[in-house]
Amino acid sequence: MGRYVARRLLLTIPVLIGASFLIFAMVYALPGDPIRALAGDRPLSAAVEAQLKAQFHLNDPLLVQYGKYVGNLTHLDLGTDFHQRPVLEIITNRLPVTAKLTLVAVLLEAAIGLTAGVLAGIRRNGYFDNVVLVSTTLIISIPILVLAFVSQYVFGLKFGWFPIAGIQQGWYSYLLPGLVLASGSLAYVARLTRTSIAENMRADYVRTARAKGLPNRTVIIRHTLRNSLIPVITFIGADVGALLGGAIVTEAVFNIPGIGRAVFDAVRGQEGAVVVGIVTLMVFFFIFFNLVVDVLYAVLDPRIRYD
Amino acid sequence: MTDQQQEDLRHDLVEAGTTTGLAAPSVDVTSDRQNSLWSDAWAQLRRNPLFWIGAFLGVFFLVMALAPSVFARGADPRACALTNSKLPPSSAHWMGFDQQGCDYLANVVYGARTSLTIGVLSVIGVLVLGVIVGAIAGYYGGFTDSLLARITDIFFALPLILGALILLRVGPSTNIPILNTRGPGAVAVALAAFGWMTAMRLVRSQVIAVKSSDYVAAARAMGASNLRILTRHILPNAVAPVLVFATITVGVLIAAEATLTYLGVGLQRPAISWGLQISSGQSLLRTAPHLVLFPSIILSLTVMAFIMLGDALRDALDPRQRS
Amino acid sequence: MSSSSGYLASSPSLDPSPTAGAVLEVDDLHVEFRTREGVVSAVNGISYTVDQGETLAILGESGSGKSVSAQAIMGILDSPPAVITGGGINFQGRDILAMTEEEQRQIRGPGIAMIFQDALSALNPVYSVGFQIGEMFRAHRGASRKDAKKQAIELMDRVRIPAAARRVNDYPHQFSGGMRQRVMIAMALALDPRILIADEPTTALDVTVQAQVMDLLKDLQRDTGMGLILITHDLGVVNEVADRVAVMYAGRIVETGTVDDVFTRPSMPYTVGLMNSIPQVDAKGGRLKPIVGQPPNLSRIPSGCPFHPRCPLARTGPAALPDRDCVSDLPPLRVVTVGREAACHYAEEVLDA
Repeated sequence: MGRYVARRLLLTIPVLIGASFLIFAMVYALPGDPIRALAGDRPLSAAVEAQLKAQFHLNDPLLVQYGKYVGNLTHLDLGTDFHQRPVLEIITNRLPVTAKLTLVAVLLEAAIGLTAGVLAGIRRNGYFDNVVLVSTTLIISIPILVLAFVSQYVFGLKFGWFPIAGIQQGWYSYLLPGLVLASGSLAYVARLTRTSIAENMRADYVRTARAKGLPNRTVIIRHTLRNSLIPVITFIGADVGALLGGAIVTEAVFNIPGIGRAVFDAVRGQEGAVVVGIVTLMVFFFIFFNLVVDVLYAVLDPRIRYD
Repeated sequence: MTDQQQEDLRHDLVEAGTTTGLAAPSVDVTSDRQNSLWSDAWAQLRRNPLFWIGAFLGVFFLVMALAPSVFARGADPRACALTNSKLPPSSAHWMGFDQQGCDYLANVVYGARTSLTIGVLSVIGVLVLGVIVGAIAGYYGGFTDSLLARITDIFFALPLILGALILLRVGPSTNIPILNTRGPGAVAVALAAFGWMTAMRLVRSQVIAVKSSDYVAAARAMGASNLRILTRHILPNAVAPVLVFATITVGVLIAAEATLTYLGVGLQRPAISWGLQISSGQSLLRTAPHLVLFPSIILSLTVMAFIMLGDALRDALDPRQRS
Repeated sequence: MSSSSGYLASSPSLDPSPTAGAVLEVDDLHVEFRTREGVVSAVNGISYTVDQGETLAILGESGSGKSVSAQAIMGILDSPPAVITGGGINFQGRDILAMTEEEQRQIRGPGIAMIFQDALSALNPVYSVGFQIGEMFRAHRGASRKDAKKQAIELMDRVRIPAAARRVNDYPHQFSGGMRQRVMIAMALALDPRILIADEPTTALDVTVQAQVMDLLKDLQRDTGMGLILITHDLGVVNEVADRVAVMYAGRIVETGTVDDVFTRPSMPYTVGLMNSIPQVDAKGGRLKPIVGQPPNLSRIPSGCPFHPRCPLARTGPAALPDRDCVSDLPPLRVVTVGREAACHYAEEVLDA
């Protein structure tokens, strides 16, 4: 197990480097003119322009630039934005906000998705099952953008139950955006749970459990749910990584100052260092949580042994 | 093979199938006509209401994209009069007017063409990339496979919207054709560039599964070339899962296009796009909610059409999922 | 349906303990599967009894209804689609089908237990074998987790799993096929059931392991005096361990009797066909004679005798005796000679042939 984790950790390094280089290349090799973007409409003296270019290594070849970037990374220097603010500082300021949003989203996803999926799966083809089937199809089909607007309009503006935007009301302000962010995964969790349970209910070992005269509750909880939830729990685990990097739209619509909003602003402002820093971090989360899930899988299912 | 041999073989299969599902009565598989995957799938599809809803919506929006003027009830999306600004829906103008006083129904209807074009174009891009990379990786295996799998991992770790966002933002200042146009082509290229990974994995796993099968070994023994084996024997097997994936992905990418356009990096005015409509309606949500509502509904229905179709196809084509 | 259980109950069977009555009595059991494609008649009125210490083999092809009837007895049919449409199942004099769900549950395990063909899929992959065996004590006797594990080790010893104490925490996939089947047997025997139903217990195993497992079952049966219902399509196994045999075809019992009688002098053409399909050591070089045709489609069971389309002796029209037309008249299961029953209009002729 330990060796497996170590090997997987090693394998994540090239992916991480590759992803950050990909972003780096997109941002720096295909530049607009960040210096001009910074200056806006003001005329810029050639001297100032040259000084700025040197400061951001914009004259070096791409690989050299990237090499310098990685070199700086080793002592946690992710560079600065055009206002000389360290990217690391931007991240440490913004990350807690996105982390909170992700936490709320994952909790909602697990609570609602699992409950709906379990109830639907146990009584397959029942009334509730059909409700779940139709509503998950709807939720999956509605783009998160639309969902964000509709919920903002209905629950924020019309009913006034939730703040329309911002995070002034603490955890409560995260509830609606968290639900919107989680919606797609939530629907998927419900469906995955449902199919997984329905499949497991037909499993031979569930029949054995009945033949053993176990009480119905034990058959369902111990021999059906326990097995059915393995893929669901691993999905939710991996989704944490995806949600941490997928909040751009939600954070934009609900005006939440997390890293999604930061990276969006940085892309628009062509703040290369900020974009590369944050996106690399997102990729790291994605890979990290996938690794966690692989380990979790081995814990939950004794048949999986990585060695 | 003679009929008798075939019957024996089937009987053996039935016999072998008794390991599981002891309680399942054997409805004599042997004497019933062996349906092919596709005719079985069609029989299943016909009974699925989701398929018919999806198919109806899909055809509806397809026709709308092909002949928007019919659906726009004769209105020209670009014939605007500021006096009509933000008028709510009426019997003459079903979706009211936008801020510039343009007939909103016409605008929303003409948006279908943009969305479907980008959806289909980007899926074609996704498939081309996915099939090529996946087939090469799966077929050649070894180092090629490892390398391509790692590259796929790299792309997979980048969220679709984020990757496309960056590419589209820097695109216009480059001299890369298509990508620097800010047009539908650029959006499709960006979406394909960051959306091909699942298709690659699908094709790769199918290729690996089929490659090791006996009939491919037989074809090779008879001297078929690599290319022939790949195109004649292996790829056809990947058609069913790839078709399901492609159908759903059209929907997903249409939504992604609207999102990118909303975020300001996709299509630009004066293009007609649901993303642009939602974006400019956003600030008027309080006074004229219909400006966000209508494109949102139509966008959702379009996405839904493809997702429902894909879902129905998957249920029909994957026998394991049948109940 | 004219098959009667009265005959079997009063038959001079080879009961090892003549004083013991029938522990299990199945009476005219009917099971249907109601599927979207139509109604499948899986079990069409079967009756049999099992006495203490007796081994009854139920023999038949896949789809003959032998497993379905066993699952009906256990109360573990998937319903829907399965529906028990008639008949009774008496266990120690009480009708199981009339019991409440809870009463039925309490019989599973201590009363009737079952082992399945494929132990790998029949054991839950995510729990240790010790836990799964111990569940029996916890669910039925309220044993503590620790106590249950101790008893599980004892059971594993009893079914001759080597190093039981060390292996009790292992998972099913870590055992060999034969050892897994022993775990299943240990689990089924945990509460000393009066009836053990073994559904093709050795089909998935290697031949040498098959013999070991059957020997184990026989020994355990001798120790506990339980009745054993052995469901199989393996004629060799039947010959070795069974006292009586019931041959099933298309959801019906078509012949019953002692193993010796049925194997040496079958009285029903289907049984004749089965016996002819056994490879004979002394018939070297000869060809096996398979039964021609296919098993019937249970949603369209042929009229008359269900076996008539495949029967070499079927008589119809003028060739048939009155009311004994194989194509239109269903032959009842009837006494042919002492201790023998067969469902064939011309059983006497088959017997004498």
